[in-house]
This record gives sequence, structure tokens and C-alpha cells, in this order.
Amino acid sequence: MAHNLALGETGSDAPGLHGNALARNIGHSLELDWINDIQVNRSAVERRCTTLGGRRSVKKDAQAGWLLKAITCIDLTTLNGDDTAARVRRLCAKARQPVRPDLLEALGVADRNITTGAVCVYHRFVREAVEALDGTFIPVAAVSTGFPAGLSPHDTKIREIEASVADGASEIDIVVTREHVLTGNWQALYDEMRDFRDACGEAHVKAILATGDLRTLRNVARASMVCMMAGADFIKTSTGKESANATLPVSLVMLRMIRLFNERTGNIVGFKPAGGISTAKDVLAYQVLMKEELGRRWLEPDLLRFGASSLLADIERQLEHHVTGRYSALNRHPMA
Amino acid sequence: MTVATYFESMEYGPAPESDGNVRDWLDAHEASFGHFIDGGFVAPADGGHFTTSEPATGKKLADIAQGSADDVDAAVKAAAKAQGAWEALSGQARARHLYALARMVQRHGRLFAVLEALDNGKPIRETRDLDIPLVARHFYHHAGWAALQDTELSDQQAIGVVGQIIPWNFPLLMLAWKVAPALALGNTVVMKPAEATPLTALLFAELASRAGLPAGVLNIVTGDGATGTALVKHPDIGKIAFTGSTEVGRIIRAETAGSGKSLTLELGGKSPFIVFDDADMDSAIEGVVDAIWFNQGQVCCAGSRLLVHEGIHDRFIARLKQRMDSLRVGHPLDKAIDMGAIIEKGQLERIRGLVAKGVEEGAEAYAPDIAVPEKGCFYPPTLLTGVEPASTVATEEIFGPVMVAMSFRTPDEAVALANNTRYGLAASVWSENISLALDVAPQLKAGVVWVNATNLFDAGVGFGGYRESGFGREGGLEGAYEYLKPRAWAARKPRKDLPPLPAAGPTDSFEAMPVDRTAKLYIGGKQARPDGNYSLPVLSPKGKLIGEVGEGNRKDVRNAIEVARKAAAWSTASTHLRAQILYYMAENLSARGDEFARRLVAVTGVKPAAAQKEVAASINRLFAYGAWADKFDGAVHSPPLRGVALAMNEPIGVAGVLCPDEAPLLSFVSLVAPLLAMGNRVVAVPSERFGLVATDFYQVLETSDLPAGALNIITGRTAELGKTLADHDDVDVIWAFGARELSKQAEALSVGNMKRTFVDNGRAMDWYDPKIAEGRHFLRNAVQVKNIWIPYGE
Repeated sequence: MAHNLALGETGSDAPGLHGNALARNIGHSLELDWINDIQVNRSAVERRCTTLGGRRSVKKDAQAGWLLKAITCIDLTTLNGDDTAARVRRLCAKARQPVRPDLLEALGVADRNITTGAVCVYHRFVREAVEALDGTFIPVAAVSTGFPAGLSPHDTKIREIEASVADGASEIDIVVTREHVLTGNWQALYDEMRDFRDACGEAHVKAILATGDLRTLRNVARASMVCMMAGADFIKTSTGKESANATLPVSLVMLRMIRLFNERTGNIVGFKPAGGISTAKDVLAYQVLMKEELGRRWLEPDLLRFGASSLLADIERQLEHHVTGRYSALNRHPMA
Repeated sequence: MTVATYFESMEYGPAPESDGNVRDWLDAHEASFGHFIDGGFVAPADGGHFTTSEPATGKKLADIAQGSADDVDAAVKAAAKAQGAWEALSGQARARHLYALARMVQRHGRLFAVLEALDNGKPIRETRDLDIPLVARHFYHHAGWAALQDTELSDQQAIGVVGQIIPWNFPLLMLAWKVAPALALGNTVVMKPAEATPLTALLFAELASRAGLPAGVLNIVTGDGATGTALVKHPDIGKIAFTGSTEVGRIIRAETAGSGKSLTLELGGKSPFIVFDDADMDSAIEGVVDAIWFNQGQVCCAGSRLLVHEGIHDRFIARLKQRMDSLRVGHPLDKAIDMGAIIEKGQLERIRGLVAKGVEEGAEAYAPDIAVPEKGCFYPPTLLTGVEPASTVATEEIFGPVMVAMSFRTPDEAVALANNTRYGLAASVWSENISLALDVAPQLKAGVVWVNATNLFDAGVGFGGYRESGFGREGGLEGAYEYLKPRAWAARKPRKDLPPLPAAGPTDSFEAMPVDRTAKLYIGGKQARPDGNYSLPVLSPKGKLIGEVGEGNRKDVRNAIEVARKAAAWSTASTHLRAQILYYMAENLSARGDEFARRLVAVTGVKPAAAQKEVAASINRLFAYGAWADKFDGAVHSPPLRGVALAMNEPIGVAGVLCPDEAPLLSFVSLVAPLLAMGNRVVAVPSERFGLVATDFYQVLETSDLPAGALNIITGRTAELGKTLADHDDVDVIWAFGARELSKQAEALSVGNMKRTFVDNGRAMDWYDPKIAEGRHFLRNAVQVKNIWIPYGE
């Protein structure tokens, strides 16, 4: 495996929280053979996901450590029609200080500068967020390219990316044209993704596959591979607006494609499950899946993000329970 | 380790399951157990105890009673006393008891799971998520068979007292597989759990009693092999059900030969795990993990021979090794492990020895550099590559976490390699091409085939082996029949010997025929002279010489088996074709009915009307099996997953048939026709005294389009020919009807290749009564059920 990212490598040489120590995915020419060779057996994938929960368990101090790590991987998100500047500022404040300082103190991690991985908003609020996060290393991610359906004119999508980058977004979450996947038009998908990547410039690009729309795991796998060939830095499951959100089976298939792409090209691609991940228990299951399938290195925020809005609140409650031994309540933690 | 260090390292940390409740239970018994007989714990007759301990730590768990012959006898007596009333309960009433047992297991699920993990060393994940839920499922499912017995199985009755001997690899699950059907259908049980893992059986018996199971219905006698032997030998036991090694299975088969005991054996395996180049490779690799590192590889149906298409072999192996690097081995109660402890030191040594042998014979061993507890009985997950079919590790069952890998070029070669074994328990086939997978599955000699999956089990889907992996099925309807016997057979009386024939004088001569006609053997579709070129006289009841038949010998048997083996096309012929040919045989027999009737009169001395009746009955029987040929279908099961399990009734293969003297034409037809209808190739030894009836019959065969080799007829001395058939390792099943000694000989000699047997134990049959001599009971003995699991979903 390239880049000395052996599976199971320990975190001693892991990069800083928001460092860009890894080389970006430079992509690869479109290899239709790789796409056509992809096989996914849904029942077997589901079995792996079902049994994994029983094979790995993270408890007590380890659990608290893992949940804190999860916080650093959260793209704290608001993507609603009623978003306002004040709402976004509140979100950014939470991103800066996601856990009550007394809890961090009690957990012995007050010195770790724990923030969320990013803040994720619509283009309209990018500048607001960038300002609100001034003085931190927290990047602002913008959903783009006609999010969530992705059916705007191609030129418009490109201009939308450029505008968000110009406003200070350092991460762009694009949506793919599902039609290209559903009709097997891999060239079109590849070209579209290439254009998006180019338009992002230095900003990292996350390709949202909208797996709920793609329906089959085979489609998910193929779309993952094409987007990675076209230079996606991350592949991401969902917009949160499809009928089905991130699931473990969908994620497992995408992770296997990340591994395969890495084996074939040496490029490293991150993963972002999004939508429906709302509990600490959920997030631990994803972390375990990442660690088992891709290794320790993929648990850091430069290779793993959780697209979530209510997840953080549940993690906070679990952390307080870990500190006090008593079950906590939502009103004891500042809202985002 | 602190929160902060975990935040950095992202290690798993300890996640132990508590064992407090189990310790409390052991304490309540002062860590010492008697047998569970007649509703309560009783001290062993001779007072001896042995120790059961935790494989993971070597620590003692409890003292266990050593069962003596007296203890076994007490348990059998209790079971016999309880059996009448238990069977006399309505099926519905027994269903309530089985239901209560299922609920009991669920209520105490974690107690069973933790106790099992401690006593066996397997991970709590497996006992909690797989073993115990399946145990409950078996009692639910069989509560159902009890409820349906009075309506759906009314032609059958319970066997009586059943002796059950189970292994240490799935202690409680194997108990459930055996106890649930036995009790459901009206039998009572004496069970001997494995010496190393007796605790969950004792807990089960205790809680079952608390849940209202009547005293004596389920008895547990603990002990070692000697206890098992006493159980097997006990005269008042009607059936032995055994799961364990082929070696011990063989001893049990020999020991019970001729006793009339019914027998189910679930034995060893060396099951193939076949990966085609169009498989979902990542999923297939997870399949390997589930196949060979499930329960530390101590699984009779473990996929232990990895067969990978040559084109993907190197990639697959590299990826598999990478996967092995993230496996975790640890204490069974750790909730973050893949593998626990090996059962005991002896087994550990055996695994070490076999792996060393494999390496010595040229294999390359890979074990990941992962933490393995230093104390206790642990062995790392291991992969042997560069293994050839001739290697010891490719043929010997290792019964440990060791996979051996080979490659193949074509589907044909994959099947050939897969079947190149004495065993035939399970197989796993990985391909995304449904046409390929469903073409390969029926060709595999295995009782269970998993397509794109492995180690799936369900109470509604039969489980059991081909070849030396044993016989009989557990689960499903086919499993239910293993605990029943036909009511119509119960009234059969021991067969009376035919009156001796006066010896033919040396000067006797038979009536001159217009042209001399020589009765020969019928082998491979041709009339063949016997190898020894001797003949036997055929005498009328009055001692008059009426003809001669060839005296077949063991070489004739060998030749017949050889052509039968080659006549494989009969087994794959369409059921419609087989039906047509059986009808055609009936038609041709009918056309020559008068001739057969005259022959019957001459050789048996029956009245012409009786002879006509026998011919007519024989024609009917051929018609009946022509009818059955395309109707004795399998089933499509709906196990609890998205998918189906196809239960296919497959021919067993090459059958040897020994025919009795009574109703010589009808009994011959009654035994041969069901085997042919189901696609078996048959070597039949007709009635020794009335062999001319069968040699006439080959002329019927010659005009009926039966393919050469499908049915072969060898006349001669039944006991001698029967001996050769029974110990011939290329005969898959033997049916012995006639003198009682023939049954015993057939069963005793079947151990060479563990062939299936179907015998009458010297009990006379009314061959005219279709309830006794025709139909499903014969058909079930002419097939073996293969369950093909097909999970699906895009």
C-alpha cells in the first residue's frame, strides 16, 4: 500500500487535527474495466455489517476517547430553508467549543483544542461562517452544485463552486448527477466530477453520491470509483435529503472502494457518511467500521467526517455520563 | 490508559462481559454436579467425578459426575418409564412444552451464553448472537412439528427412548438440534454431553424441569467415552443420534449393527470454499473469516479448503492475509474479539502438529503478527498456501483455525477438487453469476451448500452430510423423520425361513427346452457370464431341478459397481425420462406377464392365480414409482434471511440391493424401482433361491430403454455378494432385505465409507401392501437431501 498507510497503523504519527499532511487525490484516468469488474453481494455486505457490532466493542475510557475523536470529525451542519446568519453564528460558536469546558477538564483533554471537523452550510452563509470561525483552524464547507438534487445547469454549478471558494470555503461538498450513474454513463460522471474538482482549486472536494437515489450497492460502488478517478478528496454518502441516509452497508461498500482505489493508484481518499447519524452508538459503529476496513489512520478528521446536526448533542450527554456516572439531559449542554 | 491516550491511540480497550450470574449459579451448586435423571440431580452410582475447566485460563469450573453403565441404565429406565405418557400426550400438549423450553432459553439467554463461553472458550459474541438464538429457534420450530404431528405425520410413531451424544464445539446448540425434535415427536431422551463441556446441558435440564418438563423426559448423563459406549450398547434404546468425529461414528455404526437401533451420524468434514473470479472478493474474504475462524475453526462444516480461481488467487491471498492482520484473539468474554480459546491442550497439539506437517510437505504458513494470550489454550488464525491435494493438510480435518488454499482453472476442476475428499458435509460457492453458482451447487457432494455465504443454519433447513460426513438430517421435515418410524412397519414379524429344499440329485435334469436358454448376469446393459463361470442349480419347491443361474462372485460385483459408477447420466436424467422408462418397464412386464407368472409357479410353487397377482402387483409398483419419479420433489425453505434454501432430493449414487425370497418378483421390483426412480444406479442381488425370476427380468430391461449400467443384476449367494457390496467403498448405499444376518452384515461392513443402510432386520414384509412396501418411506431412503442456501439481493 502506498504512503506507508498500513492497515491498523497506530496514531502516533497521525497528523494534527486539521493539518493537510496527506497528498491530495490526484485522480486517475477513467478505467472502464475497473468499473465493470466491480461485484457487490448485498447479503454478504449486510452480514458483515450485522456481525461487526458484536465483534468490536468500545467501552468506558476508550469509548470517551473515541467519542471525543468523533467530535473532531463532525462537519457540524445546518442545511435548512430557514437558516439565517444568526443561526449560522450559533452553529460556529458550538463548533469552536463543542463540549462544556468542565467536562473536557474532567476527561483530561482540556489541552487538546477539541473542535468539530468543520462547519457545513449553504453558499449564502459561507462568508458569515468564515468570519465566525476566524482565529480557529475550523474549515468551512459549502454544499454546492445545485444541492441537493444537482440538476442545475453545469455552468451554474461551476460558478457556484467558484463563488463559495471565493467567499472562503475550503471544502466543497458537491452532488453528482444521479442520472449519469443510473444510466451507466461513467464518462459523463467522470467529466462532471473532473470539472468540479478543477473549479475547487485548493479547496478539498467531497463527492456526495446520494446513495439513497442510486438504490443498489453496485451503483454505489461504481459511482465511488468513478468519482475517485476524477479526483474526489472525499466520497460522501448522502445529502441528508434523500429518502435513505447513510447506512453501514453503503458505507462498507464505499470503504472497500477507497481501499481498492488506494491499492491500484496509491491515492488516499477520505469518507464522509452523512444523514441519520444521530447517536453516539451510531458513530461508534462507523468508527469501528473505518478502523476495521481501512485502519487506524482513517479515524482522523482529514480522512473521516460525519455529516451531522444532532449527533453532537448525544455525544455530549454520553461524555457527561462518563464523567458523572449519571445519565444526562439535553438541556445541560449548550445548543448549536 | 486514559481517555486522552485512547483519544490518541484509538485502541479498543477492554470490553469484558460480566460472569457474575454464572459464578452465582456454580456456587449455588457448590461447583459440583451429579447426573440429571428423572427430574433431578443424582449422585453418580460409583461416586466418581472429573473436572471441567475454562480453556481460556485453565481454571477449574466444576466437578462433573463420571457416568457408569449403572448411571446410564438408571437414565434409560427413567426415560423408558416416562416415554409412554409423553408420547400419549397430544402433539399439541407436547408443543406447549417445547414452546416453554424456547421461552425458557430466551429468558435465560445471557446466563447460557456466558456459561457456554466460559466452558467452551468460544467468544461471547458467538454464544450470545448465534448459538443461543438458534437454540431457541430450534425449540420454537419443533414446537411446531409437535403441534402438527397428529395431522401431518399421523402415519408415523415415535421411536421410543433415544440416546444422544454431542460434541464440545457447540454444546448447547447440538443439544437443541437433538433434544428438540426427539421430544417434539414423542421420544424421551438420555443425553451425554461432551466431557469437556457439560455445563450448559446441566443448566438446561435444570431450567427445563423448572419450566414444567415432566421427570424422565430429558435425562443428562455426563461422562467420557466409556459413558457413551454404555449408552450406545444399551438394549432398551431405539435410536442413537451422534455428532462427533468420523472415527467414533464408525465405532458406533459397527457397535449398533444388527441391533435394530436407528442411527443418525453427523461427522467430520473438510468442506470446500470455492471462489470464482466473478465473486465479490471482499465479501468472499469475510466469508473465509466466517468459515474457518468461526468458533476457532472447531466446526464440523467449517470451510477449510479454500479453492480460488487461478486468475485471482494471488490477489485474493494477499488481501486475505491483510484481513487476517486485523483479527483479534482473546478471552472469550471479551466483547472485542474474533476468536477465543481452543478447547483443550490435546487439540492444540494436534493443530500444531498438522500445521507443522503441512509446512514439512511444502506449504507456506501465514499467521498474522497479532496479540495472542500466552496463557490458556490459544492458536492464531492461520493460512496455509501452496497446498496440493496430495498434502496431508488438504485431506485431514484439522478442526482448528487453519485454512488451506489451492487454486483451480475451470468450474469443472473446482468441482473435481471440491469433491476430492472422503467427506461431504458442506460447501460454499462464491460467484455473482447465478448460472454458474446454481450449476456448481448440485454437483458438489455435500449436504449443505451456501451460495455467497457460509455457516448459515436454521431449524427449518435440514443439516447433515454426504459420504463419511455421516447420514441423517437435523432440522426441517427430513430431520423430524429421523425421530419417527412408520406405523405400518411396527407390526412386522420376524421372517420365517423357507422350508429347506431337498438336495438335487446328481442325475437330475431339467425339462428340455426347445432351445437351451442360459441365465446370465446382467452388467452394464449386457448379459454377462459370471467371472468364475460357475452356475447354481435352481430347484422347484419339490426339489426338481428347473434351471441354473450364474454364480456371481466378488469380481462380478466389482465389475457391476464400476459400470454403475460410470452410468452417472441416469442420476442427472430428467425425472420425466426416468418416469417414462419405469412406465415402459411396466408395459413390457405386462406384455410378458403370463411368462413371468408361469415362472413364479415353477420356482416358488404358488398357485397360478397367486402368481398372476404377484405379476400384477409388480406392474402396479413400477407404475407407482414411474408416478413418483417426477413428484418426490424437494422443498423451498424460507429461513430467516432475504433468500431461500432449496432442499433438493438428490440420488445417493450407487446402490447395492439384497432382495428377500418372499414374493421374489414383487420384492425385487419394490426395492429396485424406488432407487431407480430417484436416479440411483443399482446393483441388485435377487432372491438366492428364485434368481431365475430376475434373470427373466433383464429381458424386460433390455426392451425398456433403461440406460446401460443403471440397473445391474447379479445372481448368486446373497450373503457372499452382500458382503462384497457392503464393504465396497464405491457403493454409496446398501439396502438389505432378507435374513436378519444380512442386515447386521450390511450395517457392520458399511463403516468403510460410511455408506447409508436401509434394512429390514429380518422382519418379513407384506410386499402387496403399499402402506408397508411402497411410497415415501422407500423414497426417503433412496435420496439424500441437499440444502442449497441462496441469499439474494441487489
